[in-house]
This record gives sequence, structure tokens and C-alpha cells, in this order.
Amino acid sequence: MNYFTTNSSLPWLILLLPLTSAAVITLFTRRSKSWSAAISVVAVLGSFICSCLVFVRLDISAPEFTWLDIRGTLQVPIGFVLDDLSRLMLLIVSGVGSIIHIYSLGYMRDDAGESRYFAALSLFMLAMLGIVLANNFVMLFIFWELVGFTSYVLIGHWFDRDAAAEAGKKAFITTRIGDFGFMIGILMIWIASGSLVFDDIIAHLSKITSNPAYLTVAVLLIFCGAVGKSAQFPLHVWLPDAMEGPTPVSALIHAATMVAAGVYLLVRVAFLIQASQTALLVIAWIGTITALLGGLIATQQSDIKKILAYSTMSQLGYMIMAVGLTSNEAAMFHLFTHAFFKALLFLAAGSIIVSLHHEQNIWRMGGLSRNLKLTFATFFVGALALIGCPPFSGFFSKDAILALAYQNNSAIFAVGLTTAFLTAFYVSRAIVVVFFGKPRTDLARAGKESPAVMTAPLIILAVFSFIAGFPVFARNFLVVPREKEVAVIVPALAMAALIVGSGAAIWLYRKRDRDPLSIGVIRNRLYFDEFYEWLIDSTQELLARVAAFFDRWVIDGGAVRGLSGATFGFGSLLRLFQVGNLQAYAFLFGLGIVAIIYFTIFH
Amino acid sequence: MIAWTIYLTFAGAVIVLLLPRAFARWIALLAATAGFVVTLVTFFRPDVDLGHFTTVVRVPWIPALGMNYHLALDGISLTLILVTGLAAISAILFSWDVSERAKEFFFWLLLVVGGSYGVFLSADLFLLFLFYELVIVPKYFLIAIFGSTNKEYGAMKLTLYSFFGGALVFLGVIAAYVAGGSFDINQLSQFQFPSQLQWWAFPVLFLGFAVLAGIWPLHTWAPTGHVAAPTAGSMLLAGIVMKLGAYAALRVAMNLFPEGFRMWRTTFAVLAVIGIVYAAAVALRQRDLKFVIGYSSVSHMGFVLLGLTTANVFGVSGAVLQMFSHGVIGALLFAVAGTMIYRRTHTRDLDALAAMNLRRALPFAAFTFVVASAASMGIPGFSGFAAEITILIGVWKAYPAAVWVVGAGMVLVAAFTLRALKRSFFDDGLGSAALSAAAPGLSAGKISESSRDGRAALAPITVPEKVGAALLMFATVAVGFYPKILLDRIQPAVEAMRFLR
Repeated sequence: MNYFTTNSSLPWLILLLPLTSAAVITLFTRRSKSWSAAISVVAVLGSFICSCLVFVRLDISAPEFTWLDIRGTLQVPIGFVLDDLSRLMLLIVSGVGSIIHIYSLGYMRDDAGESRYFAALSLFMLAMLGIVLANNFVMLFIFWELVGFTSYVLIGHWFDRDAAAEAGKKAFITTRIGDFGFMIGILMIWIASGSLVFDDIIAHLSKITSNPAYLTVAVLLIFCGAVGKSAQFPLHVWLPDAMEGPTPVSALIHAATMVAAGVYLLVRVAFLIQASQTALLVIAWIGTITALLGGLIATQQSDIKKILAYSTMSQLGYMIMAVGLTSNEAAMFHLFTHAFFKALLFLAAGSIIVSLHHEQNIWRMGGLSRNLKLTFATFFVGALALIGCPPFSGFFSKDAILALAYQNNSAIFAVGLTTAFLTAFYVSRAIVVVFFGKPRTDLARAGKESPAVMTAPLIILAVFSFIAGFPVFARNFLVVPREKEVAVIVPALAMAALIVGSGAAIWLYRKRDRDPLSIGVIRNRLYFDEFYEWLIDSTQELLARVAAFFDRWVIDGGAVRGLSGATFGFGSLLRLFQVGNLQAYAFLFGLGIVAIIYFTIFH
Repeated sequence: MIAWTIYLTFAGAVIVLLLPRAFARWIALLAATAGFVVTLVTFFRPDVDLGHFTTVVRVPWIPALGMNYHLALDGISLTLILVTGLAAISAILFSWDVSERAKEFFFWLLLVVGGSYGVFLSADLFLLFLFYELVIVPKYFLIAIFGSTNKEYGAMKLTLYSFFGGALVFLGVIAAYVAGGSFDINQLSQFQFPSQLQWWAFPVLFLGFAVLAGIWPLHTWAPTGHVAAPTAGSMLLAGIVMKLGAYAALRVAMNLFPEGFRMWRTTFAVLAVIGIVYAAAVALRQRDLKFVIGYSSVSHMGFVLLGLTTANVFGVSGAVLQMFSHGVIGALLFAVAGTMIYRRTHTRDLDALAAMNLRRALPFAAFTFVVASAASMGIPGFSGFAAEITILIGVWKAYPAAVWVVGAGMVLVAAFTLRALKRSFFDDGLGSAALSAAAPGLSAGKISESSRDGRAALAPITVPEKVGAALLMFATVAVGFYPKILLDRIQPAVEAMRFLR
């Protein structure tokens, strides 16, 4: 095997390592937690090294095989696309994945289901890397679904907690609704273009673009998939609940990688999306609404992970917005920086949660900057990146998106700026409440710093959160175009939003023991969950009830028993004629004779 | 050579009766394995023509009526024979602990299997009908003698439905014989039946067969039958018997009466779509685990019927693939519900199971059920995904509107599968919601360790059960990873059918 020719098995190795790890753990090492963990970590590090090698080799390509083949009409290969986009994404996924695997060694140390956890994590890496590498729609969809399933398993890792099991179910079913639209979109593209492979579709793009209405519908259906996976309005409700999973899972799957897969998908098929102005507008606005919604709800949450979850949703909204404004580079740039600082924030939050014995309510924390110095410092770096404080990475990427909005659509820009203000507000609120003031509980007073296996990943991520936005680092491969005149006004407005937002939060939340601001509507997530529950109750449940009733009483009870009843009735009628009584027979015989005479004479 | 599947199985059945009881299960296993090996050898032989329904054996039987003992093989029947062998072996392994009237049990079981082989291989209409009816009788005894929960009712209902379907089939077969002058399926499939005849004979035949495939609204035998049957019975029902109907509908009804098929296919497509969504919705309301799986079988078989009605190579090939896939997955689900759970806990009530914390007591069963559920929901990597996506592509070409409704059905399938999975294995039933609300910080691991001791008194999963489950899991994963292995054999056979040309 030669790894460094143009036809290399290196990309295959990226996928096969986690697959092998998942299989080996499931089949052989479930009893031994330490072996399972070691295998999983080695596998992901191997994938990361391979990704790095793939990243530096520009002319690499990999052999493919045919997965599904209806001869003459439909071929589904398992083959890889290795362009700048996928190579960057490979690095992000396997890099952040490696860090989080290592962090998990500490976080999950005392967990009874550690083997199961690492098997699922390996399977997730396989699925996520598969999405990144896919060179055709069906392969992407295969791994897309697989990601959904592993996410379900990992959210429900602590299935003893009812909330965790329910959250897994909710995530799976909600994203599946989006995936269903995605699948129909794929079918529409295939029917129109005759191929599922991205390159072939590009080659025959005119076949699809010749019918704009059809294209728009198809693109929006594909977008449904991204709406589900990337927790966009109106399918965002699963993401906050998904925080029931272990915190490293939240960091890896529900912040850095899986939820970003929707963005990656849209960028991957940008050649289709950008052919439809209507679709672009819808996508931009869905992203914008999601960004605002997430930011708004985050301001009133008291669970630290929920705050971060809504923040993730909001930042994903920014990325989708950028896609809708036709800048793949801006979207990918923000995805890139966000992966680092959001993973960092989650892991730092995990460090807090562990040291406080699984306390997640920020109002039971306070003054943690004293005991958890390293956690505090790294969280602070992540927070600065998130609110877009220069020169942290988030500043550059968010600025790129805002500049884009400024040039294209002032309404979206206004909402984007408002969201930036909200971001600064809720992040500062969290920091003030969690790290400053006096400890509100004994737990918070006694909290100890986490072990090095957990803090080392924090430091690595903090470094990247700082430098990821610098031109030398990111912009070598991400060319973000910007105009000169917006170079001043957009950052200025963004800085103003940042200062006003942070200032308001610090002023409002300094030395408070309870939330001075209580807005029920926002606190209750704008009643989305209640609405959906009502919707499910009145549709799915109703359908189920009616069908169950129908099956039991109409089909089975009425029709079938009715039929058998009729047979039975007919039988009894016949039995009447077989009474075994001579007189009766004679009578019937006579009756018959009379009838025959009657008919022969009178007819 | 493939004809030996039938002979070996029937020979096994006879030997089971002749030898002492202690040998019964071993003989049965040997016979089933031998049949399966024969199938595998044929499967991997490159020189077998699977693109046409090629004659294997042909012996005159009643020459006056033109009846022959005539067996033939193509990719479609080979696929189904393969799944029959898989289901048979695992059903026997999951019946390893049957001790009461064991000889009789394995005798009936092998008769069902042998009869099914016969149906899949018959190239003579009358012979096919004979084998088809032959399956019904042992099935009745399997359920009525060895079943549980309302077994006489379930067995009788199933038998009555089967005979009702059989009556329709008989009518159709006679019509085909009278009009076409032969019982030979290959000859009849070249014969040009008058449109008038096709118009009424096709629905009669198709419906007659589809009863056994659980077509809505004639599906209600399936849940009750599955529930009443012993584990091996439900495994064979879901794994093989439901496929008999779908296979014969394709091989006989659609193949002989292409014109009638064109006239009626939309009607049957509608019934299939209703069946998919409806059965999934009913499953959502069931409390008995076997009822949930029973209705899921109806829903999955709806995919098969829908695929058949698309009348294109995608839909029909996908339907055959789905027959294989559901045969494996259905058998696996029933194996978990019937043997791994019910034989140990003596309940299948989801609320009762929720309180047992079975994941800890039966970890292997939990693992198997997770795999089976994932496969059943159509997660990629398992055979169900490949089958359903192929079918949906076909449906999209034939009836785009149906895809939307079916999609709703697929969401419902996920909903009821996850519900059953959670209630049966991953629920402590102790009101853990209240517990974690009171102490949200507590890690779940700690709750579980403290609150449940002395529950794990259930017998561990035995080796035969593990082997049987592993066999089925391997099959669904292998085909899920590489569906081409089956599709390459199915597709040419489907393309040879007249309604496609």
C-alpha cells in the first residue's frame, strides 16, 4: 500500500480507524473500560494524523467502490471528495474530536458505561468524517443518518434519567423530520440531473437550473435537512434538550461538529443553492431568525449548558445567514472559529460541572474565579471569542458575516447586530453570575480545579480560540472578501453592540443572588415546546388513537367478526333446517311440493 | 442442486418423528443448516443463471392436466430462499429450550420451512398452490399447540384468513389454467391473456396472495397471529410466511397478468401506503411488545407491496430486498421479544417491562434489541435502509405524492420503535423523572447503582440464543454494508419480468 501516491488509501484510513475502534470495543472490550478508552483515543488520533497528511497533500485521491447499483440508471459510489473545503473540515472534525476524546478520559472516568460511551464516540467520528468526505448525496445521507443515530445514543447515555432518554428520542425524531425533506430533495435532484455525484451534477447543472421552480423546491427540501441537523428555526427545539448528554458530547456533537454539518452540507451544495434567489432569501432569513431567537432565549436561561446550547443555535444561525448571503467563505470561517471557542466553552463548563458535583444551575454557583483559576481563564478566552472581542477569533469571523449582511441586506444586518448585542449580554451575564460575586452554595465554595487531562484540552482550545482568526492561520485557505468602506463602520457598530451588551449585563447582574430580570415568555423558550407538544397531541397522537380504535373495533370487530358472524348466522339458519324431526321434514317436504306446483302452474 | 433445500428439510421433518425426542432439535438444526449451506453454495456459484427463472427439476406429474413437478430458480427466489434458511436456523436456535412435545414442534416447524422453500422454487402454478396451502396447516398447529396469549383465537384467525386468501388464489389459478392452457409459469408468462380476464383475475390473485403479506385492511391476522405464536412461530411468520404472499403476488399475479397489473396497481399502491402509515400509528398505541412488533411488520410489508406496485426496476428490486431485510429484522425482533424477554419475565407489557430494568439484567438482549430497532428504523449500515431507499426511489418515479405520506410513516416508525426500545430496556420505571428533578445534579450512574439490587434474577442469555441473534445481526449488517451482493442477483431477474418490458 502506498500512502502518498495520487491514488491513496489514506482517506480510507480516516474512516476505517474509528470504524474498527467501534467494532472492536463493541465486540471485545466492553468489559474493560480502560482498553475501550485507549482504543478509541488512538483511533481518533490516527484519523487526525491521516487528516493532517491529507491536508498537506494537494493531489491526493482515493479509490472508490460501488455501494448500490441498479445497472444503467443509479449508481451510488462510496467515494471521497478531497477539495479545500473537505480537507479543512476534516481537520476541524478530527482535531476537535481528538481533544474531546482526551478530555473525555477525565470526564467519564467514573462512569459505568464508559465502554459504550467510547464505542458510540468512535462511531460518531466515523459518521461525521463520512459526511465530510462524501462525494455524492446518498453517501452523505447515509452518514448523515448515522450521525443522527449516534447522537441519539450519546444524548441518551445516561438513559436512567428520564429526561436524557426523552431528549435522545426528541432529537432523533425532530432531525428525522428534516431528514425526510432532505431525502426527497435528493430524489428530486437525482431525477432532474440523472446523477447523485456532486461533480456529475455540476457538469449537468443546466438540466436542473432550466426549471427554476423545481430547483427552488428541491433546494429548500435539502435545506430541511440542514434545518434539522443544525437546529434552525423551527426545528431547533431538540438542541437545548440534547444537553442532557455528557458534556464532552455536547461540546463535540452539539457545538463543534454535528450541528455544523448542516452548514457544511449547504456549502457543499452551494452550486445548487446559489442558482435560486428565492431559496437563498429563505435560507438567509431562517438563519437570521434563528440567530435572534437563540440569542434572545439564552438571556433568560439559568442552566449553564442551556445558555451555551442556545448560544450555539444563535451562532449556527449566523453561519446559515452567511450561506444565504452567498458567502461560503464567511460561513466556513465562522464554523471554523466557532468549533474551537464553543467546544472550549462547553468543556470549561464541563470542568465547572464536574468540580461542583454535577451542578449546572448558574444561580448555585458564584465566585468560581477564585478556585477554578484555569477553568475561569480559559472560559473567559472562549467568551471573548464568542462575543467577538478583537483580536480573538470570533471577532474576525463574525465581522465577516456582519459586513456581508451590511452590503447585501440592511434588515438582516440590523437583526445580526441585535444578536451581537444579545450575545454580549448573555455571555457577560453568565460570567458575572458564575465566576464573580460570592459563592451562593457550599458546593461552589468547595469546588476544586479539574485534573490535567481535562485542563490541558482547555488550554489547547483556548490557544486556538485566540489565534484561529488571524490571517496567517485561517485566511491562508479561507479567502474572505471585504470592501474597504465597510472595514470601519461594521466593526465600529459591532464594538458598540458588544460594549452596550456587556455593560448592561455587568450593571444588571453584579452582586445579585437572583435573576433581577424575569421575562416568562423568554424563560419558557417562547413556548415552542408547548406548541409542538400540542401539535403532536392533536395530530400524531390523534392519528394513532383513531387508527388503533379503527383497527380494534371497525376492521377487526366490525368487519371481520361481522363476516364471521354472518357465516355463523348462516350456519344456524341451515341448522334450523336440520332439526332431525320427522314431522318438520315432512312439513318442509310438503312446503317444497306446494312451492314447485305453484311455480309450474302459475309461471 | 437447490431443490435439495426442500428434500433435506422434509427429510429432516420425518427423521425428527422417527428418532427419540432428545435428538429432535439437533436433527432440525442439522436439516436447516444443510439447506442453508446448499443455498449458500448456489448463491456463490458463478455459473448459475439468475437472470431467468431457470428450470432445476421437471418431472411429469399428472400429464392429463399438464401438471408437472417443476422447480426453477432465479435471483428473486434465491434471495428469499436465503432468508428462509436464515430465519429457519435462528428460529430453531431460539426454540432450543422447547421440551414439551418437542418432536411434534420441530416437525411442524420444518414443514413450514420446507413448504416455503417449495413455494419459492415452484415453476408450476398448481405445485406452488399446493406448497402454499401446505404451509398453512403446520402453522396452525404451531400456534394452537405451542402458542400463548389467546392462541386458539390467533391460530384460527390466521388460518381463516389464509384460507380466504387461498380461495381467491385458487380462483385465479384456475382462471389462468383455463385461459392459458397450462400450469407452467414460464409458459403462462409468455401467454397473452385477454384484457377482460386480466381485469378481474389480477386483483383476485394479487389480493389472495397479499392477504398473507398483510395488506391493509386484511392485515389483522398478522398482529394477533404473531402475538399468539411461540417465538419460532412468530419468527417464521415474520421472516418467511409474510414473504410467501408478497413473493407469489410478484411471481404469479404480476408476472402473468401485466395488463391487469397496470389497471389495478394504483389501487393497491393506495392500500399499501395506508398500510404503512396506519400500522405505524397503531403500533404507537400498543402496550404489548409483540403487538408493537406485529404492527411494525405490517408497516414494513407495506413497503414491499408499495415497491411492487411501482412497476419499475427500482421499486420491485427494492421490494425483494425489503423482503429479505424484513425477514431478518422481523425474526430478530420477535426473537428478542418472545424468547429473550417473554420466556424470562413472563410478560410483554411495556409498563411492566419498564419497571424491570432489563438492560442490566439482560445486557446482550438489550444490545440485540438496539441493533434490531436501528435496523428496523432504517438506519444506514443495516439492510433496511438500502431496501427502503431503493423502494422510495422507485415510488418517487411512479407516485411522487406517495413519498410524502410514506415519509410521515417513517417518522412514526421511528417514534414507536424508540418508544418500545426505551420502555422495554432503558427505563427504570421508578419515576426517575421525579428523582432527577429532586436532585438534578446527581449523576445517573449513582442513582442506578443505589436503587436497584436483587433484580437481576433472570436467567442469562444462552449460547444458542446468542448464536441465533448473531447470525441475524450479521445478515442485516452485511447486506446493509454491501447491498449490491443481493441486488446484483435480484435486478436481472426483475428485469426479465414481463410487466417491466
